[in-house]
Amino acid sequence: MAAMAPSDTPRRTGTDLVKRGLAEMLRGGVIMDVVNADEAKVAEDAGAVAVMALERVPADIRRDGGVARMSDPALIEGIKAAVTIPVMAKARIGHFAEAQVLQSLGVDYIDESEVLTPADEVNHIDKWSFAAPFVCGATNLGEALRRISEGAAMIRSKGEAGTGDIKEAVRHLRAILGDIRRITQADSAELYGWAKQLQAPVTLVAELAETGQLPVPLFCAGGIATPSDAALVMQLGAEACFVGSGIFKSSDPARFARAIVEATTHYRDAEIVAKVSRGLGEAMRGQESGSVETKLSQRGW
Amino acid sequence: MNAPTIGVLALQGDVREHIRVIGDLGARALEVRRAADLAQVDGLIIPGGESTAISVLLGSSDVLEPLRRRLAEGMPTLGTCAGMILLAAEVIDGRPDQERLAALDITVRRNAFGRQVDSFETDLDIAGLDGPPLHAVFIRAPLVERVGPGVEVLARVAGRDGAARPVVCRQGPVLVAAFHPELAGDTRLHQLFLDVVAQAGDAETGPVSAASAPHQQ
Repeated sequence: MAAMAPSDTPRRTGTDLVKRGLAEMLRGGVIMDVVNADEAKVAEDAGAVAVMALERVPADIRRDGGVARMSDPALIEGIKAAVTIPVMAKARIGHFAEAQVLQSLGVDYIDESEVLTPADEVNHIDKWSFAAPFVCGATNLGEALRRISEGAAMIRSKGEAGTGDIKEAVRHLRAILGDIRRITQADSAELYGWAKQLQAPVTLVAELAETGQLPVPLFCAGGIATPSDAALVMQLGAEACFVGSGIFKSSDPARFARAIVEATTHYRDAEIVAKVSRGLGEAMRGQESGSVETKLSQRGW
Repeated sequence: MNAPTIGVLALQGDVREHIRVIGDLGARALEVRRAADLAQVDGLIIPGGESTAISVLLGSSDVLEPLRRRLAEGMPTLGTCAGMILLAAEVIDGRPDQERLAALDITVRRNAFGRQVDSFETDLDIAGLDGPPLHAVFIRAPLVERVGPGVEVLARVAGRDGAARPVVCRQGPVLVAAFHPELAGDTRLHQLFLDVVAQAGDAETGPVSAASAPHQQ
C-alpha cells in the first residue's frame, strides 16, 4: 500500500525535463512582447501564455539603431509583478553575465536573442550551466541543433523581427522541418554526412532520425502580424507563436492580441480565423524583409 | 466496453503528450476544440498549460456550456496542473475572471512553489498505485490548500511552508494532479483514469453522478 506521508524524496530543480517541460506547457499558445505593466496586462487578458519583457519592441529597436541590450531589471520586475503568467526576457547572444542577471531576477525563460546586439561573435551562452531555461532562434536545422547542444530547451524560428513580414519565418520553419523530414529517410551511414553538413552533433542527428522531431519544442517568431499569419505557421508545423511588434504596433492591440490567440488555437479552422479577422483594423504597417538594412536573422553562429 | 474515446481539451497546452499516453494504453484519443468533438468522448483530459489562457479560450469557444453539462452528468475527467486549476471550485492567486468548472470541491493555489527556477522533479507515493513511487514533474505547479468532504487525497508533498499539501485528489469520476504524469513516461495515473472511464461505461444505466460514483480501490 502506498504511504500517504509527504514524499521526502529529494527534489531536483533546473533539470532538462523541467526546462523543456515549461516549453511543452506553452504549446498552442502566444507569447507576446510587452514594454510595460499595462501592455503585460493587455496580453494576459487576451490569453497570452507568457510575455517577453523588453524596453523596446523589435520594430523600435530597428528604427532607433544603436546597441540593443538586456532590459532594465526594474522594468522586468514591474512586468513580473503585473501578471501571473510566465515572464521571459532577452539576453544578448553570448552575454552570459546578462543571463545570470535575468536568472537572478527569477525570469521564467531567457531568450538568447539576435534582436539584441550580439556580445560574442563566436560563442553562444553555455546554457547547461543555468537553472533557468533558454530559448534560442534558428534559421535552419544546423543552427537549431547547435543551440540544443548548448542547452537550449526551446527553439524558435528567427524570422525577421520587427518587419511584420512573415516570409523569413516561413523560410526558417520550412528549412528546419524539411531537413527533419529528409533525415528520417536517411540510412545510418548518411547520418554522418548530415551531421557534417549541418555542423551539428551526430548524436542529435541520430536522435532526430529516430523520432522525426526536435528533442525540444519548435515555436515560430519573427514577422507574425495577423491571425492568418499565426494559422499559417502553425499549419507549417510551429507549435506556438511569439508575436513581437505585431500586437502593440497594430491599430487595436487588445483585439489583435485576442484574435491571434484564437487563430493560434483554431489554426485549422478557417471559419474561426475569418471570424476573428473580420473588422480587426490595421495590422502593423511593417517593412518588406528584403528591404531592411540590418538583417537580424543573420546574427548567431 | 470497447476501447473508450478519451478527449484531450486542445485549446492550449501539452496536448500531444496526453494523446501519446492514451494511445499507448490502447484507448482512442481525440483533440477537443469544439462542442462537436466533446460529444464523441467517454472521458476528458484537461492538460497542462496556462490556466488563464485556456480559460480565455474556453470562454470564447462553444465547448464551455456542454463541458459544464457533461461534468455535472459525471463525465470521467482527468486534470493535470492547469487542468486541476480549471476543475477546482476555488482558485487562489488566479485571475478573478478565470473560469471555474467546480467539478471537485477543492481550493487550489496557482504557482504555489514559486517561479520556473523552483520547478522540480521528485518521486511520489500515490495511494492506490501499485509498484514504485511515480516520477512526478512539477512545473510552476499549483497546490491544493483545502479539500471538501467527499474528496479523497491520494498524494501530498510539502509546500513552501513545509506543510504537506494534497497534489493528487479524486472526487467521484474526477481525478486531478498538480504535476505532469504525461511528461515522465509513467502511465499508471492515466491507467487509473481509464479504469474510472471503464467503470462509468460499465454502469451503463446512464451518466454516473459525481456523488455516487464508485471509488477505485
